[in-house]
Amino acid sequence: MEFTVDFNKEQIESIEDILQKELIDLGVQSVILMDLAGNVIVNLDSGEADHDVFSLAALAAGNYGAVSAMANIIGEQEFSLLFHKGEEESIHFSKVADDLLLLTIFNKNVSLGFLRLKVAEAVKRIKTVI
Amino acid sequence: MALINPKKREVQVKIVYYGPGRGGKTTNLEYINRKFKKRILNEMVTVKTYGDRTLFFDFLPFDIGEIKGHSIKIQLYTVPGQVKYNATRRLVLRGVDGIVFVADSMDLRREMNIRSLENLKANLESFNKNLFNIPLVMQYNKRDLADEGIPILSVETLEKDLNSSIKAPYFSASAIRGDNVAVTMKKIIALTVSSLRKKLE
Ligand SMILES: Nc1nc2c(ncn2[C@@H]2O[C@H](COP(=O)(O)OP(=O)(O)OP(=O)(O)O)[C@@H](O)[C@H]2O)c(=O)[nH]1
Ligand SMILES: [Mg+2]
Repeated sequence: MEFTVDFNKEQIESIEDILQKELIDLGVQSVILMDLAGNVIVNLDSGEADHDVFSLAALAAGNYGAVSAMANIIGEQEFSLLFHKGEEESIHFSKVADDLLLLTIFNKNVSLGFLRLKVAEAVKRIKTVI
Repeated sequence: MALINPKKREVQVKIVYYGPGRGGKTTNLEYINRKFKKRILNEMVTVKTYGDRTLFFDFLPFDIGEIKGHSIKIQLYTVPGQVKYNATRRLVLRGVDGIVFVADSMDLRREMNIRSLENLKANLESFNKNLFNIPLVMQYNKRDLADEGIPILSVETLEKDLNSSIKAPYFSASAIRGDNVAVTMKKIIALTVSSLRKKLE
């Protein structure tokens, strides 16, 4: 059997620490670091959310894959902003590495601009530990 | 590509039900969802069209307990079998650890089974995987149709068409009645997980 991005315990702890400080502490409801097969690597939340993260990850992997394939068809490498806005909650997708995706779920108390800034910061820091 | 989380001591394993459209893949998962309700913590997710055909995938997470101190989470998926959905079918296959090929026993579906298996082979190759060394179980579904006088392929014919070179374990089944659905699933889990053990030492 092959294994995808095989992180050790220390790496996972560093990633959790980054996601906690950069995102959760600033009011983001929950974050999922996942691979494109739909596996959940790290999942953190602020305690208010009780989402079904495994189903979310499976759907997000499919959604992200479908959107990337659409980008390719129209001649784009990828779309830089992937974001679904709801009345109360929104979901933001960010590619971390080839096979890694960061999913952020946040409510209307957090602005999209601020969130994007923080996600970019978190992604930059995650890249240094993987 | 199973994923091991050494911190939570958790392993996620991806098993995909593949096969021609209307072969009974979704029906397999629906039966498992009913039968093993207690082990399934979340709702089954399905992305389907109006006509009940799978548009993207079905998803069913399934806990099987612990192996070497790691909790094992099995993620069952089905692909959309219709020929036109190959792009989404390939996405679902990404990172697959084990496959159940659900063939339709109906006489009329003989060509479709063969074409779907060829399509599986090609799609696996696009991920540098090989039909011959990935854990695989064959399921010859809809055996119950014989009772209604509908012509079905013999198991020998299905074996010859689909499994003569792969030589995977195979089961006759009726997903709608639940016959051999659990057996098929247990077999693919056993095959897939056995290669995990070494890694978890
Ligand atoms: N008689 C009989 N019918 C079955 C059996 N399994 C599935 N069916 C029926 O066949 C039809 C298609 O079944 P699905 O499970 O939706 O097939 P599928 O493989 O998921 O099809 P796609 O999503 O299009 O790929 C449904 O009407 C089922 O009720 C079986 O064992 N016997
Ligand atoms: Mg289906």
